[in-house]
Amino acid sequence: MTGGIVSLAIVLLLLALALWAVLVRDAFLAIAGFVAYGLLLSLVWVRLYGIDVALTEAAIGGGLTGAMLIGAVARLRGTEASSRSERSGVGLHILALLLSLGLAATLALCVMVLPDPAPTLAPQVSQNMAVTGVGNPITGVLLAFRALDTLLEAIVLVIGLIGVWSLAPDRFWGGRPGLRHEADPDGILAYFARLLPPLGIIFALYIFWAGADHPGGKFQSATILAAMWMLVLMAGLADTPRIGHRGLRVGIVIGPLAFIAIGVLGLFSAGALLAYPEEWAKPMIVVVEVALLPTLTLILGLLLAGPPLRFDRGSAA
Amino acid sequence: MDRLLDLFSIVAIVSGAFFFLAGSVGLLRFPDAYTRLHALTKADNLGLALVVIGLLPQVDGVLAGLKLVVVWLLVLLSGAAVSQLIARAARRREKQT
Repeated sequence: MTGGIVSLAIVLLLLALALWAVLVRDAFLAIAGFVAYGLLLSLVWVRLYGIDVALTEAAIGGGLTGAMLIGAVARLRGTEASSRSERSGVGLHILALLLSLGLAATLALCVMVLPDPAPTLAPQVSQNMAVTGVGNPITGVLLAFRALDTLLEAIVLVIGLIGVWSLAPDRFWGGRPGLRHEADPDGILAYFARLLPPLGIIFALYIFWAGADHPGGKFQSATILAAMWMLVLMAGLADTPRIGHRGLRVGIVIGPLAFIAIGVLGLFSAGALLAYPEEWAKPMIVVVEVALLPTLTLILGLLLAGPPLRFDRGSAA
Repeated sequence: MDRLLDLFSIVAIVSGAFFFLAGSVGLLRFPDAYTRLHALTKADNLGLALVVIGLLPQVDGVLAGLKLVVVWLLVLLSGAAVSQLIARAARRREKQT
């Protein structure tokens, strides 16, 4: 009974926050609503026993996406006044309303007509978990049963980063992303950026390692590492690397390349692309995860840092 | 004994919740950024501390209890640092206008 009341309260809050994020005029306020929405959504996943999804939603949906959107708003500040003076016609509003209502109705209909019990592969997964050598079924699905999806996901991130970099002005190609942050070296931010990263790194490695048998894994871990990196950058304790740096480029592609190499290896040793030979499943999964960790950390951090804007170590030229 | 510990938990968590409520009311009602931060950090520090203390008798094992305490310490650290940063940003904005 109390569980039902809590669920209802969360759903109502979610709907209110979603409405707020859509309706509010100021872009910054809309993002504040969106971040709160993401955190609340991760609570919903906890209540649905999807701890892995909850962790990812809190880290990526609320944290990382929120930070990226705030960066986007800061860039759009100059255009906000002119976009506000533009009023779209009533017809356009009604069209948008009808389209969104239609989409929502279609989605609701699809959810309603799902057969009960819903078709599921969960029994097969839990029957075959022993083959993978890992204890967390989510990790088993992501890296063994549906490894192709995870591989493509990693490749999509690399392409996304190339997309961000391609926004660089020609003369800064190969330079350093973002502006150089200046902060008081004795201030609270610098202190915080010295104190927190060691703890964050331990926590990230713990989440990474626990991912084999408990909720967690490379994605959540990489988000924490990227956040620690951002903190150090914002405190001015370190600068972003030049995107032309060879070591950086290697770090960005090492994850997908190792994944593909092991996948091709499976063609010979286990008879199928991305298949693991028995007995070797666990070590191979560990190799893929270890290779993906630097890739994901670098990409998430660099996506936030934005396109290269300068060469020197000082402020933007 | 168990009954007594449960009672202790309930009292601690309810008073923690009271601090969160008071902090939220303060956030909404106080006139400027500094007093609002003051209200907010009280909720973080004392409210969360009381909730954690209330939960400690309910967890099984020392490790789980330690994790709760670490959560509180981390929130304390980030709350203190972030409220300083926000206050500094508010002060800078005040000086400009």
